[in-house]
Amino acid sequence: MSGTPIMTAPDQHWSFLLGKLSLDALPLHEPILVATFAAVALGGTALVGALTYFKVWGYLWREWFTSVDHKKIGIMYMVLGLVMFLRGFADAVMMRIQQAIAFNGSEGYLTAHHYDQVFTAHGVIMIFFVAMPFVTGLMNYVVPLQIGARDVSFPFLNNFSFWMTTVGAALVMASLFVGEFAQTGWLAYPPLSGLSYSPGVGVDYYIWALQIAGVGTTLSGINLIATILKLRAPGMNMMKMPIFTWTSLCTNVLIVASFPVLTAVLALLTLDRYVGTNFFTNDFGGSPMMYVNLIWIWGHPEVYILVLPVFGVFSEVTATFCGKKLFGYSSMVYATVVITILSYVVWLHHFFTMGSGASVNSFFGITTMVISIPTGAKLFNWLFTMYRARIRFDLPMMWTLAFMLTFTIGGMTGVLLAVPPADFVLHNSLFLIAHFHNVIIGGVVFGVFAAINYWWPKAFGFKLEPFWGKVSFWCWVVGFWMAFTPLYAMGLMGVTRRMRVFDDPSLQIWFVIAGIGAALIACGIATMLLQYAVSIIRRDQNRDLTGDPWNGRTLEWSTSSPPPEYNFAFTPIVHDLDAWADMKRAGVGRPEEGFRPIHMPRNTGAGVVLAGLSGICGFALIWHIWWLAAVSFAAVLATAIVHTFNSKRDFHIPADHVVETERARGQQLALATGAA
Amino acid sequence: MSAAHDSHASGEDHGSLRGYVIGFLLSVVLTAIPFALVMTGAVADKGLTGMLVVGAAVVQIVVHMIFFLHMNTKSEGGWNMLALLFTIVLIVIVLSGSLWVMHHLNANMMPMSHEMSEMP
Repeated sequence: MSGTPIMTAPDQHWSFLLGKLSLDALPLHEPILVATFAAVALGGTALVGALTYFKVWGYLWREWFTSVDHKKIGIMYMVLGLVMFLRGFADAVMMRIQQAIAFNGSEGYLTAHHYDQVFTAHGVIMIFFVAMPFVTGLMNYVVPLQIGARDVSFPFLNNFSFWMTTVGAALVMASLFVGEFAQTGWLAYPPLSGLSYSPGVGVDYYIWALQIAGVGTTLSGINLIATILKLRAPGMNMMKMPIFTWTSLCTNVLIVASFPVLTAVLALLTLDRYVGTNFFTNDFGGSPMMYVNLIWIWGHPEVYILVLPVFGVFSEVTATFCGKKLFGYSSMVYATVVITILSYVVWLHHFFTMGSGASVNSFFGITTMVISIPTGAKLFNWLFTMYRARIRFDLPMMWTLAFMLTFTIGGMTGVLLAVPPADFVLHNSLFLIAHFHNVIIGGVVFGVFAAINYWWPKAFGFKLEPFWGKVSFWCWVVGFWMAFTPLYAMGLMGVTRRMRVFDDPSLQIWFVIAGIGAALIACGIATMLLQYAVSIIRRDQNRDLTGDPWNGRTLEWSTSSPPPEYNFAFTPIVHDLDAWADMKRAGVGRPEEGFRPIHMPRNTGAGVVLAGLSGICGFALIWHIWWLAAVSFAAVLATAIVHTFNSKRDFHIPADHVVETERARGQQLALATGAA
Repeated sequence: MSAAHDSHASGEDHGSLRGYVIGFLLSVVLTAIPFALVMTGAVADKGLTGMLVVGAAVVQIVVHMIFFLHMNTKSEGGWNMLALLFTIVLIVIVLSGSLWVMHHLNANMMPMSHEMSEMP
């Protein structure tokens, strides 16, 4: 530790007031962090200043932060995912640079303490605060529209869930400048994450950020299950639901069934760290192996939580851009359900090397190979949908093709890892790193990009410009393979993960190539942001007046782009799979009279307040500021109770307003048909 | 949010005073039995006593689900039943799997547990 502390450790009085928090907690001796903090502070001040100058705070508060509209909450989830994605990618770039230069006696530019935080934060952020918000945002936006509903079942709960996730993300970000983050790897295995080996606040940041975000995730899972089961349009029985809704249902079932396991296992770790229990310690009968066992009981379903929704996205995109029904709808549904169940019987493949016997290892090896069968069935369904179709190669379809090629290879390396003897060699190697990036980037990230390009016109009323999107696409796909193929090769040679310096100079060239791949991905991200910016500036040239820019097949395309706050003036009646394609075929006209007032939920700030207080409580617990933790926890309970007495929860959109909106929509449609 | 919520068309059981009383009495009995077993030592074998206590707990869970949560095979269009079955499947998988795995790990990887307990 270089640098002298600015202030000595706090004395008794201060420690009551501030717990473990003192000026020492600021990482002033880390020049990289100081520079980052300066940049964030400047940028943040500029942003806040601009928002104040243009007087948009009131607008943001009224129209967005307190909104219970599932569409706005969905968009806020996507924004959260995008912001955290930039942070997580910055961590990735730092690791790539460190590993590319730390050869021939060079220590690189990151200290061990800093580097360990970087790889932990990268994993935690990318899974919990990028992939999860992205898929939750998509489900939030699309599912109610696809089933012909006006909102989710519990609109206030939805807002609250979003803010809990955001507060979790904010705590992780705070750890960058106040204290430290965990140096344990993204799953915080004990005994390393126990008090004896991680005495600092890093693991506490990890625990409380995940616990708070976990509340949001679980509640949003319950909300979407209730929505899908109870709010479907009349006529839409289970086997007429769009595939994306099906995969969302299974995803949320997985969330509700598996996140409590994470909550429990983190609670046990918390007890170990805070009150001196010995669940996972080395001594006194504790078993760290139990932690590994339990966390993967959550962890394996988690990867299907991430990938099932994007399987739904690819199904919708493939059917739409091939202009025909998805091949094998029912087999797709059954494959999804089978994956949902099987995802609970494979968890041990994450720790074959921990010492189970041959019977346990071969059981879990075989179940792991079995689960690749329904996934393979899905790929054949997409391929057969494309067979002899007139495929339109727009960006969503391009991402889908890139997914099919990339994900298949990732799946095959996964089957390799499922063979226990092979895993004994490859466990904890860069081969594993390449494998799971292969399925998560090639699956989840590509799927989210397909979804953004696909549903953007629905959300904002104009299409994205394809040019920069295609530049981004090629940078991403080529960059991905360049960044991760060397990792496969090195993993086979036995290079392990999470290394900060290397002894063997012959490896350097591989890390340099991987670094160039990461640079290409950076270009992909930059051009993607450029694509959004250019499209927003030129939005008037790309207006979607019809509400159905891709000749879509499901109900979200039957309403305007962007949809009115009530989604559908009348609840649609469903007769067939691909309800909107069916309506277009049957020539069902849109209703033009008989509008009635529409009953809607009212915005509320209670979600923001509750989540904010939870964040304060989490921060106080991290720093052992007990009085603040007690006060803020009491405030959370009090706010929740007070909110139950809030009777102003709903309002009616007057019929006049509906008539007005629908007439404007009619004019838009007339304009669109006139133009075409 | 008042009028729209009054329609319950899916055949769930809202309970009656009789149902609650039966459920309460069953719960009391099923709580009293384990206490009596432990306090009087009526069964000499401790392992068997433990099994009986766990058994009474499981039966009480079922009593609660039927009399207090009003679950039956038809409520919510059968979704309650399906959710229950799914939960049971997962609990069986997780518990039996964890026991199996931890038994293996204990047998293979922790041969020195008696020495560990002597450490400070």
